[in-house]
This record gives sequence, C-alpha cells and structure tokens, in this order.
Amino acid sequence: MPLNTAANLADPDGFYEELISAQRDMDDETAIRMNCKLLILLANHIGDRAVLSEAITMARAPAPSAG
Amino acid sequence: MQKTYSYPVFPYRRSPEQADGRVLRHPVVVVGGGPIGLAAGLDCARRGIPTVILDDNNTVSVGSRAVCYAKRPLEILDRLGVAAPLVAKGISWKVGKVFVRDRLAYQFDLLPESDHKMPAMINLQQYYLEETLVAALDAEPLADLRWKHKVVAIDQHADHAVLTVETPDGVFTMQATWVIACDGANSDMRRMVGADFEGQAFHDRFLIADVVMQAGFPTERWFWFDPPFHPGQSVLLHKQADNVWRIDFQLGWGADPVEEKKPENVIPRIRKMLGDDVEFELEWVSIYQFACRRMRDFRVNRVLFAGDSAHQVSPFGARGANTGFQDIDNLGWKLKLVLDGCAPEALIDSYTAERLFAADDNLSNSTRSTDFITPKSPMSRRFRDCVLELAEQVAGIRPLVNSGRLSRPTPYVHSPLNTPDSAQFKGRMTPGTNCDDAPVTVAGKPSWLLNQLGDGFTVLVFGRVPAGVSIESGGVRATILGVDDDFGDPTGLIGTRYDGQPGTTYLIRPDQHVAARWRHFDPDLIRAALARALAA
Ligand SMILES: Cc1cc2nc3c(=O)[nH]c(=O)nc-3n(C[C@H](O)[C@H](O)[C@H](O)COP(=O)(O)OP(=O)(O)OC[C@H]3O[C@@H](n4cnc5c(N)ncnc54)[C@H](O)[C@@H]3O)c2cc1C
Repeated sequence: MPLNTAANLADPDGFYEELISAQRDMDDETAIRMNCKLLILLANHIGDRAVLSEAITMARAPAPSAG
Repeated sequence: MQKTYSYPVFPYRRSPEQADGRVLRHPVVVVGGGPIGLAAGLDCARRGIPTVILDDNNTVSVGSRAVCYAKRPLEILDRLGVAAPLVAKGISWKVGKVFVRDRLAYQFDLLPESDHKMPAMINLQQYYLEETLVAALDAEPLADLRWKHKVVAIDQHADHAVLTVETPDGVFTMQATWVIACDGANSDMRRMVGADFEGQAFHDRFLIADVVMQAGFPTERWFWFDPPFHPGQSVLLHKQADNVWRIDFQLGWGADPVEEKKPENVIPRIRKMLGDDVEFELEWVSIYQFACRRMRDFRVNRVLFAGDSAHQVSPFGARGANTGFQDIDNLGWKLKLVLDGCAPEALIDSYTAERLFAADDNLSNSTRSTDFITPKSPMSRRFRDCVLELAEQVAGIRPLVNSGRLSRPTPYVHSPLNTPDSAQFKGRMTPGTNCDDAPVTVAGKPSWLLNQLGDGFTVLVFGRVPAGVSIESGGVRATILGVDDDFGDPTGLIGTRYDGQPGTTYLIRPDQHVAARWRHFDPDLIRAALARALAA
C-alpha cells in the first residue's frame, strides 16, 4: 500500500485547528518535542515501512522553487 | 588491583626452529592469542591442521573486556569442546531493565526459546574464556601455542607468506601457507599488509569499571538513560562471575581519560550510583573509546583477518568477541579442505563474502544502538528522549528503545555456497542459516542435535535413509544421518524447526550451516549442492 496522497481527512480545518491549538501555549522547544512524539505515535500506528519511507522521502524533498 | 583473579604467566619456550635456525613451512600460523586467535588455533588443530599460534604477550586479557557470550558462539565453543566449563562458571541472565532518569521505564525478558543446549547468553570475564581456551590448546597435540612471539614483518609470496618473528631470543623467520591474523583492533598485520580500515570512530568515551560487591542487585542487565547519579549520560550494570559487577559509564568526548581512570575519581562515581551503604571494591578500570569499522576484504593474499583486526564494533550488544568466533567457525573447515586439495581457493574467498556480510550486519546493528544511546544532534536527541518518555506509558513504543541489541548470527542468505530452495519450507532454516539445536535421543540417552553433526558435511534425512548410497564430491564425503534411524526426536522439535516432513533432506556444512535442502532424497542433487558448497 503506497503513501496515501489523496485527501483523507474528513474535517481538514478542524484537524488543523486542533494541531495548532494544541501548541498555542508552548514554547518552541516544547512544541518540537510534541511533534516528535506525535510522529513516533503515528509512525507506530501506520506500521507499514514502505509508507513511512515514502513519507520520509517526500518530507525531505526541498520546497519547489518559486516561478 | 584485582582481588578475584590472578593472572597466569605462561612460559616462553624457545622453539626448535629458532634454536636450529631452520626455516619451516607451516600450513597455518595464527597471529594473536586473544579469544579469536586461540579459537582459531583450536579449530584448525582439531580439524587436523598442525597449527602454530603466536602471541606477543604471556598472559590472558587484562581486565574483563568482553563479558557477554551469546548462544551461537557458545555452540561453536561447544563444538570445540570448551563450552561446558564456561557455561558452568558464567552467569546466565535473561531479564533486562531500562531506567530513564530515576524511574524504571520498562523491563524485558530475553525469553529464550527452550530446548537448546546452550543458554541465550552468559556473562563471563574474558580472561576466564582465554584461560579455558589456552588449557584446551595445551592438550591439543596439533596445536603449538608460543608466547612472547611478536610478528614484526610479513612478506607475501604466491603460495605462502614469510613472517619475521621476534622473541626474547632474537628474531627468526617462519613460512606459512596461510596466516590467520587475529592480532586485535590495532592490528600490526593489517598495517604491515597495507590494508585499509574503513568506518567511523565515535567521539565518545566510556569508563569501564569492575567492582566486587555482595550487592542485593538481581542477576539482570540494568541500563540507565540520564540517571540522577550520572546526568545526561548512560550507565550499564551487569553481573559477571565471582561477584564481580561490570559498570560502564558513558563519559562524553570531553572527558580526560587519564584523570577519569584515577581511583579517587572512579570511586566517588560508583559510590554515587550504588549509595553509601553498599560496600564494594574496585577490581579493574579502563577507558574505552570505540569505532565501527571494517576492512574492505578479509583476505589479503595469504593472510586472512578475523576478529577485531578485521572489524570493530561498538560494545553495545556485545558483538566484538561473539562475531569473531563466528569468523573462525566459518574459516576453519575451508582452510582444511583447501590445504587438503579437496576444494579450490575460491572456497577461502567465500570466507570474505560470508563474513563481510555478517560484519556489515553487526556494524549496522551496533551503529543503530550507538545512535540511540549517544545521539549525535540536538534533533536526534529529542527523538531519543521522546521515545523514552513515550515508552514508559505506551507498550507499543518500547521496541524502539535501543540500549543494545543482543548479538545473533547473521544468516548467509546471499552466499555463493548456498543452493537455493526449489520447494516451500516453513521455519527459519533457509540455506545459509546456522542450524537450530534440538533435543535428541541416541541409543536411549538424551543428547543434542548439534552434537550429532560431525566435523564434516552432514546429510540429514527425515524418514528412511536409502541404503547403499554415498554422497561424495572431490574427495569429500558427507555423513548421512537419519532422524529416527540414527537418533530420536523425542520432543518433535527437530521436525518442527526443520519442517521435516518424511523425505525432507538437508545438506549441512561443517560449520553447522544449512547449504541446501529438498523434499526428497535425490543423490545427484545432493552431490551437486555439495560441489557448490565446496566452491568447486
Ligand atoms: C577496554 C576494553 C573493553 C572491552 N569491552 C568489551 C565489551 O564489553 N564487550 C565486547 O563484546 N567487547 C569488548 N571489548 C572488545 C573485545 O575485548 C574484543 O572484541 C575481543 O577481545 C576481540 O578478540 P581478538 O582475539 O580479535 O583480539 P584481542 O583480544 O585484542 O587479541 C589480540 C591478541 O593479539 C596479540 N598481538 C597483537 N599484535 C601482535 C603481534 N604483532 N604478534 C603477535 N601477537 C600480537 C595481543 O597480545 C593479543 O593477545 C573490549 C575491549 C577493550 C580493550
């Protein structure tokens, strides 16, 4: 099963809000740690190494340059 | 300083060849009398090769050094006839605890699979292991162990090497058809043949202390991340024989090795860890800095490198000595067959192919542990700390905690000596894998499967062994053994572990690794697989 890159969140705005608000009162270091934990928990949930590798590669790629 | 152990002093003897000024050609000369060189000498001699072992010193390992011996190396030592006293003297353990700061984060049980002759792991000081090997070599007529013999030069020729050896009586030369270089991490031999040693040195130092105490600690492996008594670093506590406990403190790169080794600095550290009411005595202290690296090829003409001279790993997971014994296990039978003219030199080259693959597996495992235990960047440190925090509450995260993975043998899955499967099998025994042990009964008496496999090739047959068939290739004859015919399978575990339906046939190498397997006994296929396993 490849990485699902199609829209998959029923409530994208709600999820985004929840993520942002969870870190609203945090300093950067605490927020970074929270992100690390989130990533580890979700990686364990996904389990599939191929999916995780694909996501790592995609996340590592530099942002497309403007123009 | 040591109270529980006094170092033997082995006698130097002038060899007749040095006394008479004769240059002799020896089939095998082993350079180095550490655990790997001693095992190499014993394996070669027991296989019938007259073997000379040279060591520049005259005693055993100073300090406990490698303390954990895993099942496969113990099986090899058992094949060499020396495992029983080591297992009796060693400490068996199976529970490990991982502490984070002041709390127990979780504990694990090695849960060794039952019905193997050898335990999953024993802890024993390296000097006891070496002493046992030296005694076995002294009793071995074909082994000639020479102390205070330092190899100072080597000159390679097409079919032999010339070694220049320095003893208290001066310098002499000897020739060797093959040289096994087991002269340790700082190998002179490696330097003298001009081989590279590639990899990564870790910028970290460890204080290794052996203490004697009658402590109430259970016989378990305790590992601390960031403990209050040693903030920011890791600590490992392990029990060895004679109530000697091994404590490893991670010090960091900034530590001053000379200062840190001083008892007035070591003792307060240990006191802080154990508390004021535990009485202990310091036995041995060392500062250890390690690297993960290996040679590009373990054969350089007539010289075969094994043990730390060929590859070095971090101590996490106790791989150094364990993997070295497996080098020797792989090499001994190949040398014997090539020396006897029963196999081409290509068989020796399979040593590099198979053991490089294993070395890379070990290196990758130990690099992974090292990266977890000593994170190299602020971000990897955050990941590490987050894994540790989560692991306390979330059982599913615990497998990510890496305080050193135990050494397991690497199956030679890509070996050119394997014959690939042509049928489906269940279980672990794919070609290239070391054979699992299991209980057997021989003439009504309990024994073990691995003890039935002889020094040569074995054809293991489930069900009836066809009469009058012999399996031979290039002068090498395999011994045919029948499960039921030659020994019983009282627990049915041989059947299960080898998926041994009637007719199932395995070809097993002299180092107890599977070379090939079939669902039927077909002499022609077995002969072809034997030829392949001989690199013929
Ligand atoms: C301080 C310390 C702590 C360690 N702790 C651990 C641990 O906790 N766990 C673990 O798994 N491993 C540990 N190790 C590593 C482990 O000891 C080695 O993996 C193991 O000893 C390798 O065995 P070897 O026979 O290849 O080499 P060595 O044991 O180094 O033996 C090499 C031998 O060759 C001899 N020699 C050297 N040069 C010459 C020459 N020119 N001519 C003749 N003889 C020569 C030496 O005298 C020595 O006897 C530790 C090592 C050290 C130094």
